[in-house]
Amino acid sequence: MQTRRIRWHIAVFLAPAVLVYTAVMIFPLFNTLRLALFTEVDQTRVYVGLQNFRTLFFDPIWSEQFWNALGNNFWFFLVHMLVQNPIGVALAAILSHPRLRFAALYRSAIFIPTILSFVIVGFAWKLILSPLWGIAPSMLDAVGLKSLFAPWLGKEEYALTTLALVSVWQFVGIPMMLIYAALLSIPEEILEAGEIDGITGASAFWKIKLPLILPSIGIISILTFVGNFNAFDLIYVSQGALAGPDFSTDILGTFMYRTFFGFQLQLGDPHMGSAIAGAMFAIILVGVCIYLFGIQTRMRRYQL
Amino acid sequence: MNKARQNPLNTAAMHGALILYTLIALFPVFVIIINSFKTRRAIFREPLALPDAESFSLIGYQTVMKQGDFFLYFQNSLIVTVVSLAFVLLFGAMAAFALSEYRFKGNMIMGLYLALGIMIPIRIGTVAILEMMVATGLVNTLWALILVYTAQGLPLAVFILSEFMRQVSDDLKNAGRVDGLSEYTIFFRLVLPLVRPAMATVAVFNMIPIWNDLWFPLILAPAEETKTLTLGSQVFIGQFVTDWNAVLSALSMAILPVLVLYVIFSRQLIRGITSGAVK
Repeated sequence: MQTRRIRWHIAVFLAPAVLVYTAVMIFPLFNTLRLALFTEVDQTRVYVGLQNFRTLFFDPIWSEQFWNALGNNFWFFLVHMLVQNPIGVALAAILSHPRLRFAALYRSAIFIPTILSFVIVGFAWKLILSPLWGIAPSMLDAVGLKSLFAPWLGKEEYALTTLALVSVWQFVGIPMMLIYAALLSIPEEILEAGEIDGITGASAFWKIKLPLILPSIGIISILTFVGNFNAFDLIYVSQGALAGPDFSTDILGTFMYRTFFGFQLQLGDPHMGSAIAGAMFAIILVGVCIYLFGIQTRMRRYQL
Repeated sequence: MNKARQNPLNTAAMHGALILYTLIALFPVFVIIINSFKTRRAIFREPLALPDAESFSLIGYQTVMKQGDFFLYFQNSLIVTVVSLAFVLLFGAMAAFALSEYRFKGNMIMGLYLALGIMIPIRIGTVAILEMMVATGLVNTLWALILVYTAQGLPLAVFILSEFMRQVSDDLKNAGRVDGLSEYTIFFRLVLPLVRPAMATVAVFNMIPIWNDLWFPLILAPAEETKTLTLGSQVFIGQFVTDWNAVLSALSMAILPVLVLYVIFSRQLIRGITSGAVK
């Protein structure tokens, strides 16, 4: 029998990653949740239990902003699910068509918005949609729809949807690529077998391909969910920290930033900011759990 | 493959749809870039026209060069991105090697622990990260950003790289052991070169979010000398909001480096995504 010696090299290999990850990610995450249980009185930290959460959910001043941001965030997510992902799937379905020419070119071009920063995307669309510059109205005029134009980003009822669509424009490349990869991995024999049974064209997509790529659609949905519920940059760049007009584009990310960092007249409050972060954490955790235990395990997977 | 799925009308419709969407994807970028080379009058009079001899102007770029310290911002972004990527790759590969190569107590738990961060965004911990950076004096240094991006990139890097490392042949590693190579030499000399394609995938995945991030530069390093290109252009545009020439030029200058990187790495990126590295 061999005596077990400590294999130091394992520790050496693991140490840097585990240290950085624990110190900069996991520890602050729990520390933030802990800070949510404190408040500051006369510059000293006082433990107040769940008081911050009570304020956040029930105090009229806070809760109105919180529910507004949460509702907007759900709408933001819904627009992505209903517009971004179907367009992504449709583009991928077309691109994966055998013997389509220039597929690589289309693919690279459509992915370009995804690599641009929010700063570029936010300002570029702000300029294009601006009534001052007139690109959007004159283009609508060219197709006879000028009457439809409105300063979308400046109107409370349209601003959030407009921004969600800008974000869709930016990120449609990701579902497209992932679905494209999934479609390419479907073996030709399965499609040929379907063809022999008379299933071709669109019905081949609905009846054979779509069920096979459902797991990928599930992954895209959860990625969209997590991404949308910690979104911040696009709103901040185009509407500022106040998420105007009149907080109509406020989402949890901008709400948290305003609360913990402060803006204009309001002082920053790290403890209320932590409470909002805690709420975001809970929402994301619930979403991930629904996906992992509710959807992923029930989804039928086919051996390809 | 047979003819049942090929028909000219269908093909035309498919190209039509793709061309339409490609135009939608590229149009805003195109409009910004052509207008950055025009005089103020031409920008407003004919926004969709290409710059010609009469309307050509570099006034916007001159303002940007004079007013903003874009070379410094660019340098900061480059340092942060390159150093973070190097750490993510080195530390990630080392941890992935430990997890995939050795059987030890807690291997599974360690793997799950490191995988937690794939789904939970690091932004949730911002309040405590800022507090920690203030306490350690790292606030307003590039190190603050590098540490955060390294931590953010590690979970997915470990996950992807350990999948690939499992495929490296055991015989090769055991042959190395018989020849008396240390575990470190086996890792650096034998295994790392073999997983280079996977490392490139991880690098490309991490590069874009790090380069484009606005949240952490805004909170951890907003000082003039540590601004990244993304934050720098955001602040610059905010100040020059009425100077359309300057705004359009600043946007074009921010687009350019990313576009160049994309042209260089797009094959790697697309291969990385489509190889199913993120399953």
